Amino acid sequence: MLDFPKWKRNFLWAIVLIASLAALPSLATVANLKWPESLPNPTVNLGLDLAGGSHILLEADQSEVAQQRLENMEESVRQALDDAGIGFGDVSTAENRLSVTLDDPGQIDAAREAILPWMNGTSIISEWDLQVLDGNRMVLTPTEAGLDNAITMAMDSATDVVRRRIDSLGTREPTIIRQGDDRIVVQVPGLSDPEELKDLLGQTARLEFKLLDTEASPAQIQSGIARPGSELVPGAPDGDYAGTVLAVKRLGGIRGDSLTGATQTFDPQTNEPAVSITLDSEGTQRFARLTSENVNERFAIILDGEVLQAPSIREPILSGTSQISCGFTVRSATQLAIALGSGALPVDLTVIEERTVGPDLGAASIKSGTIAMGVGSLLVIALMIAAYGRFGVYATVALLINVLMILGIMAVLKTTLTLPGIAGFVLTIGAAVDANVLINERIREERKKGRRVVTAVENGYREASRAIYDANVTNFIAGVLLFLFGSGPVRGFAVVLIIGLFTSVFTAVVLTRMWVAGWLRKARPTDLNL
Amino acid sequence: MRLLKLVPDDTNIQFLKFRAPFYVVSVLLIIASWVVVFTNGLNYGVDFAGGQEIRATFTEEAEAPVEELRETVGALGYGDPVVQRFGAPNEVSIRVKLPDEVTGDAGAAEQISRQIVGAIEAGHPDVRIDGVDTVSGKVSGEFRTTALEALVFAMIAISIYIWIRFEWQFGVGALFALFHDVSLTMGMFALFQMEFSLQIIAAILAIIGYSLNDTIVVYDRIRENLKKYRKMPIPELLDLSVNETLARTVMTSLTLLVALVPLLLFGPASLFGLTAAITLGIFVGTYSSVYMAAPILIWLGVSSNSFVPQESITDIQEKKARGEA
Repeated sequence: MLDFPKWKRNFLWAIVLIASLAALPSLATVANLKWPESLPNPTVNLGLDLAGGSHILLEADQSEVAQQRLENMEESVRQALDDAGIGFGDVSTAENRLSVTLDDPGQIDAAREAILPWMNGTSIISEWDLQVLDGNRMVLTPTEAGLDNAITMAMDSATDVVRRRIDSLGTREPTIIRQGDDRIVVQVPGLSDPEELKDLLGQTARLEFKLLDTEASPAQIQSGIARPGSELVPGAPDGDYAGTVLAVKRLGGIRGDSLTGATQTFDPQTNEPAVSITLDSEGTQRFARLTSENVNERFAIILDGEVLQAPSIREPILSGTSQISCGFTVRSATQLAIALGSGALPVDLTVIEERTVGPDLGAASIKSGTIAMGVGSLLVIALMIAAYGRFGVYATVALLINVLMILGIMAVLKTTLTLPGIAGFVLTIGAAVDANVLINERIREERKKGRRVVTAVENGYREASRAIYDANVTNFIAGVLLFLFGSGPVRGFAVVLIIGLFTSVFTAVVLTRMWVAGWLRKARPTDLNL
Repeated sequence: MRLLKLVPDDTNIQFLKFRAPFYVVSVLLIIASWVVVFTNGLNYGVDFAGGQEIRATFTEEAEAPVEELRETVGALGYGDPVVQRFGAPNEVSIRVKLPDEVTGDAGAAEQISRQIVGAIEAGHPDVRIDGVDTVSGKVSGEFRTTALEALVFAMIAISIYIWIRFEWQFGVGALFALFHDVSLTMGMFALFQMEFSLQIIAAILAIIGYSLNDTIVVYDRIRENLKKYRKMPIPELLDLSVNETLARTVMTSLTLLVALVPLLLFGPASLFGLTAAITLGIFVGTYSSVYMAAPILIWLGVSSNSFVPQESITDIQEKKARGEA
């Protein structure tokens, strides 16, 4: 038990050294010292509850993905049937299914042929189920796997869009993580007024150009019922059509996915803030076709389901650039440009949880927390040395190394220290202290029974280790379960607990034993002051 | 140097002599805790109740105008706000419930917080907003479920491990002691209407961890003594085990207390609930290890035969291997 060959001692010291060195950059930050940039600098991240900042949890509207997908499918099917020269009448998208009634039941096979390439796209899973009812009605139902796939893809691209938008704000070191099926966590340290950020993330920025349905009568629009093939869209609150509703043709428009860029400019005529957009080559072509086929018609520029503008097409627009103005301020125009330029969100995101901690509070928390912990540590050290003398000194040094190692490992693993994490810290420190108390009390007991010094120390470590081992395994089990089942803050606790259990056993049992063994070998005491 | 000895050598306190009355009192306390939890209700923070919580400091006032705030914010029409002192006397947290359609809408939640802050600033220009939390009903519901799941699963898994390492009686005893600790902590939070948040869940977990540590130390000594003194009556043996570990129990509890009390007194306000819960947990946890976890072993019929000496297990295994091979 007390045999520590040289290689073992070197090995243990190497572990201590490496783990403790990793803690230095974090300590330097706390002490406000500059860490040389040329050296590696793993640092413990402070949670937003300690450092201040904003935490936003966004949730995507899954039903919207399904809706969008159904609309795309409708457009593809119409196009495919038109191209194949197959006549069809009724098209409905009710109940999340697309149903198409063919004019001639005899063409059902040809229609199936025409639709097939659109049904599964490039993916290997089957994305749609096709059924034929009554001999002439084709019903396309999205499969669950297909929908899941679509949602995953939408969330991936939504995460990218969110990241681009936040980057464009120039905030430092945001954390953006996908969570679960349909959520995104955004954390921005140091940001105490997240309004701008939320506005930006709340904007879907889906830009559409749709032709106005000029045949719809004002009475029809008033009644709120759109004619077949068109839809009613409200005007944007700040624009020319505020408070009114316009009828636009549902299909045949252009979507904003073909945007390559957007910048904030000023309208040359009115000098009002505006947003200039550039379409990609395909979008340019489609825009050119749309405008040349519909000269003298009007089209609506729709952003997130609201009409911004509805200009007349005086001549075909071939350049692929366009300018939008809608009572913008410079700020709102800039924001729209960022939102458009970073791409439309494929889904609407809503904020379902939001936390902001002011920087003052965070800094004050750290300061008073550090002072309180310092006082606490001094008292613990005094108590340990008063009770166990030399053995108390060993325990104290082990405790300090324990703290350094926890910080170092947390820094290397890039984990975050939160308030609940501090509770975990307290618990592991308690466990480490307890381990030494157990060992020392046991050695005392063994000495009282008249055992010789070396035997007493050996027995003390052996007998105490059993309870230490059981206590740590149970806490480890608890820690793992908490990590698996717990949410955010509970996890923060679990991480520190798990790391701390390993380091506290290592420092409080293994290291102190090595020191005690070294001392026994050198000093060969015949009695212990314990 | 003479070393500090908190507990004299060879104590022989008959802890378990009054185990029956203590048990009755403890069970009554557990029941009372749950009665308080169900009648008073827990003062759920924004994590579990949903809604909006604004933390503010009145930098130039000695004391936050709690009553006035209750009126000012209540007049805005978002129901009765919960206004609580939070740490220092000039720090408060103001919590309002939000209608469900609002929590989902970032703009609307923002507007409400602006309105509330505006109303406070009108009367108190020195107010500093330290943080705003908005949690939708959906998320708070999930927090409640996951927190409960985490607690229950952790307690069950711990008991199973102790059952495997010791005996089933010990597993039941540990589970009972943990249940006692969790109940009393929650009872305290319900009684004093302290805010019950996710942080407090972390505190309860720390209490469970600490209490378990204590229970295992006592159990380990009982296991050891059961093997050593095979003829000793169980109550006497339990008393001996508790006495033998007493020095350790006192020392460890005291060490943790001296570490926690400064945190409680000078630590940040945001840590107060957490530290208060853990401090309470040290007393409750130590008590439960001695008076809950140990006596239950008597009633569940633990005996020296519960731990067959190691040799005989190997003997049996060897016999089996020879006989059946």
